[in-house]
Amino acid sequence: MLKEYKGIANITGPLMLVEGVEGVKYEELVEIMLTNGSRRNGRVLEVHKDKALVQVFEGTTGIDAENTKVRFLGKGIHMYLSPDILGKVFTGLGKPKTENDRIIPEKGIDINGAPINPFARDYPDEFIQTGISVIDGLNTLVRGQKLPIFSGSGLPHNKLAAQIARQSTVLGEKEAFAVVFIAMGITFDESQYFINDLKKTGALSRSVLILNLADDPAIERIATPRVGLTCAEYLAFEKDMHVLVILTDMTNYCEALKEISAARKEVPGRRGYPGYLYTDLSTIYERAGKIKGKKGSITLIPILTMPEDDKTHPIPDLTGYITEGQIMLSRSLYKKRISPPVDALPSLSRLKDKGIGKGKTREDHADMFNQLYAAYAKGKEVQELAVILGEAALSDMDKIYFKFAENFEKEYISQDEYENRAIGETLDLGWKLISVFPREELKRIRDEYLDKYMEQYKKKKEDAAVK
Amino acid sequence: MEKIGKIIKVAGPLVAAENMAGSKMFDVVYVSEKRLMGEIIELSGSIASIQVYEETAGVGVGEPVYITNEPLTVELGPGLIESIYDGTQRPLDIIYSKTGNFITRGIHVPALDREKEWKFEPIAKKGDLVESGDYLGAVAETSIIKHYIMVPPGLSGEIQTIEDGNFTLEETIAVIKTKNGDTDITMMQKWPVRKPRPFLEKIIPNEPLITGQRVIDMFFPIANGGTACVPGPFGSGKTVIQHQLAKWANAEIVVYIGCGERGNEMTDVLLEFPKLIDPKSGKPLMKRTVLIANTSNMPVAAREASVYTGITIAEYFRDMGYSVALMADSTSRWAEAMREISGRLEEMPGEEGYPAYLGSKIASFYERSGRVRCLSQKKDRFGALSVIGAVSPPGGDLSDPVVQATLRVVKVFWSLEANLAYSRHFPAISWLNSYSLYNENIKKYVKKNIADNYFDLQAEAMRLLQEESELEEIARLVGIDALSGSDRLVLLVARMIREDFLHQNAFHEIDTYSPIEKQYKILSVINYFYNQAKEYIQLGADINLIETMKVKNKIARMRYIKNTEIDKIDEIREDINKEISSLIEE
Repeated sequence: MLKEYKGIANITGPLMLVEGVEGVKYEELVEIMLTNGSRRNGRVLEVHKDKALVQVFEGTTGIDAENTKVRFLGKGIHMYLSPDILGKVFTGLGKPKTENDRIIPEKGIDINGAPINPFARDYPDEFIQTGISVIDGLNTLVRGQKLPIFSGSGLPHNKLAAQIARQSTVLGEKEAFAVVFIAMGITFDESQYFINDLKKTGALSRSVLILNLADDPAIERIATPRVGLTCAEYLAFEKDMHVLVILTDMTNYCEALKEISAARKEVPGRRGYPGYLYTDLSTIYERAGKIKGKKGSITLIPILTMPEDDKTHPIPDLTGYITEGQIMLSRSLYKKRISPPVDALPSLSRLKDKGIGKGKTREDHADMFNQLYAAYAKGKEVQELAVILGEAALSDMDKIYFKFAENFEKEYISQDEYENRAIGETLDLGWKLISVFPREELKRIRDEYLDKYMEQYKKKKEDAAVK
Repeated sequence: MEKIGKIIKVAGPLVAAENMAGSKMFDVVYVSEKRLMGEIIELSGSIASIQVYEETAGVGVGEPVYITNEPLTVELGPGLIESIYDGTQRPLDIIYSKTGNFITRGIHVPALDREKEWKFEPIAKKGDLVESGDYLGAVAETSIIKHYIMVPPGLSGEIQTIEDGNFTLEETIAVIKTKNGDTDITMMQKWPVRKPRPFLEKIIPNEPLITGQRVIDMFFPIANGGTACVPGPFGSGKTVIQHQLAKWANAEIVVYIGCGERGNEMTDVLLEFPKLIDPKSGKPLMKRTVLIANTSNMPVAAREASVYTGITIAEYFRDMGYSVALMADSTSRWAEAMREISGRLEEMPGEEGYPAYLGSKIASFYERSGRVRCLSQKKDRFGALSVIGAVSPPGGDLSDPVVQATLRVVKVFWSLEANLAYSRHFPAISWLNSYSLYNENIKKYVKKNIADNYFDLQAEAMRLLQEESELEEIARLVGIDALSGSDRLVLLVARMIREDFLHQNAFHEIDTYSPIEKQYKILSVINYFYNQAKEYIQLGADINLIETMKVKNKIARMRYIKNTEIDKIDEIREDINKEISSLIEE
């Protein structure tokens, strides 16, 4: 039997304290009935003797302390699922957005999920071709990876994410895939951009949208990513689909977490964020992955805007410690009209090594990306030097590096929003760019590949010149 | 009758219960009907604060707490090797076969298989007088590890019976007559994780732990039985270094603790290690490895326990006389777990919200390392436990309290730099900031077993790198052409050291492991090149000719020479001589 209590002892910010309760469980779902007849949801954050501390998702505005009724539902927040969720839109708490979005549920699952047993995981090593050179060639994405985009306000992270969603394929395979789009505190325009893009490519009917927009209750955002990931787990591990999850914007999620922590008067960690931010974020990000013996997978692309473009800020910092690499966008590249403005040097994909090479992409891939990185880093260094000394003071070799870095940004990184480059094209582009160096500068590439590919490339070039 | 407490508060992983009088600090309890494992971390009157090792959602006030009156212990015996455990030594592979892909709560599985029979071969005989730590017998646990069964600490007496044959872990293999009567001995011991295992005495470590990583072995070596830390920002390659050490270090046993890190990294180890072959024994590396995986999304309190679980297992193998290497990735997550629990206890926070006892906890953890004379009657057995901890400071900032507390106790500091990582110079260990304090200790061993001029080579190479960083500053102001020939030679050779020696590709089939002889030869050749070229420059020759020498290409590819053909490296000296003399002729 569900117990109902009337009256609230204390309301502070998004929290309320209910006294005289009995048998209340930690993390239990709470229903709050306001005097005007409307209903809100909450969850139990702490129980202490006969007191329960409840976090109200929709905020506490309009709740009166005397007459509001509170009901404890005896279970956590559940997401109700069936294969029909594809093509539907849900609120940040997992409720149907409109009448059209109602489904007949097959089952309800607690949105907190359970940790994947590390023993049950399958190592992600299937190359995903995004058609974007700077990702495929240098920061290769694989199925089951979590690879965030670190961006800043005003940078085109949405375009990049949409392009990834649009172009991603696994070579030589046609399999069921789905997109779960989770919006937290972004504007209507931003979310509409994604929805339109999904519509244009016909992917909308294979997508689940979980929307908590900027004007929706902020505290609801705590539940939003978990609702979305519960859908993704259901689709991936019960319905054998390959799911691409886009989470935007994680910064808004963390702000909501901070708000609750402050209201609870917890000792803050760095910059006012709670000390458990790392653990909390990991319970979101670690839900990506592949499981032994299951066909499906969850690939996670969280987007976060770094406050003041500062990557040492706790949100990008802790994210980087959990995710398997990061795609870093740079304002200075963007100003140079390089788009997507991916700053290759601090970007990284940790899982690339097992996803590239013979049988996956091409044998020369690993050496090539090592060489491109080394040369680009050196080129950037030379460019800095040139700012101080002037270009004329550079040695001949340095001048080659200087030019290489420029061309690399213009031809390799930069690419049109709708240009889809096959992996072979991306690798050949690499050979074209490094062919300006004498052979002994190319220390990171094995002799055999230099013999094979460089000669091939040079021959092609000569042939073209003859023609 | 089982004593039962009652929950009065639930706040995340922290639960408070009343009616707990009589229980002790750090006793294990089981919380609620779900029987979630927890540990008492604060006592006030009859109220106990408990950190729960499992998710507490759904637990409420009034539910029972079952008291065991025992501290958190690990099971030690055959079956540890090749296992993967969570932070409280629950076997994840067994949990997987019982509950499937996700870890559900309240599941209790013994750490060691009770059914499996092991072939026990006695070493001691009936009538022998044995003391704590003495070998009773051995079990061939894997194809390379002999698991010695020892007399448990605190026990001594005369062997009444001892049997040869196949036994499970719970069956008696020997009976020892002690002062307090006969004691049955099985192949399994239990030991509380927070208490270091006893030994006779600590000895200063005097041998290097060879890791096959050039920057470590030649520049910043760690002693067998020593301590090291690897701090660095994300993406700087901490985990790759830890994995490389777990793969190639010449320890006999490796304990790898994945503490609050990524799930896929543990999967990587699980899938890759059985395929990798130990260069020494020729057997899969997994046959010497124990894994502890408490990934970031697993309960935070169990993460706090995981480092203790790991080090107790490591100490147990050390007691058998093995050289054990323990990797903890990452100790920052362990410290954060302490911070989270401390915050929930409403303790007064120290720096950055960490508890005031952070420093002493870190120090006592690292102090469990060392080279020891093992517990035994004859006192002739030595074991070593090396501890290598990764630290993940926020933003890579080394003023972080965890880094600072760690640096106060460890002897080797491998400082990872983001800039090196960005240009994909791996391992991204900074040659200017890192240090090793073991050079003195291992001097005698190294001179005898590796090379007499090891330290001279090391010092010369470091000097060149130091000089390079100064010259670069100058070159930045006046341009490289303004530097003298010998200065430009320094820049050239320093670059060789960086790119052709220090840089090492962990994913290249040959370069991933460099035997110490090969490391020494490569650096010797570079040094030889420097000396020859210097002489030539002093004769007034043109540096530009040196800079375009063809032999540079050979030097750059020395590290890819097969480990079975390392004598080819010496031949390059000849090439250097030839090319320089041809330059002189011109």
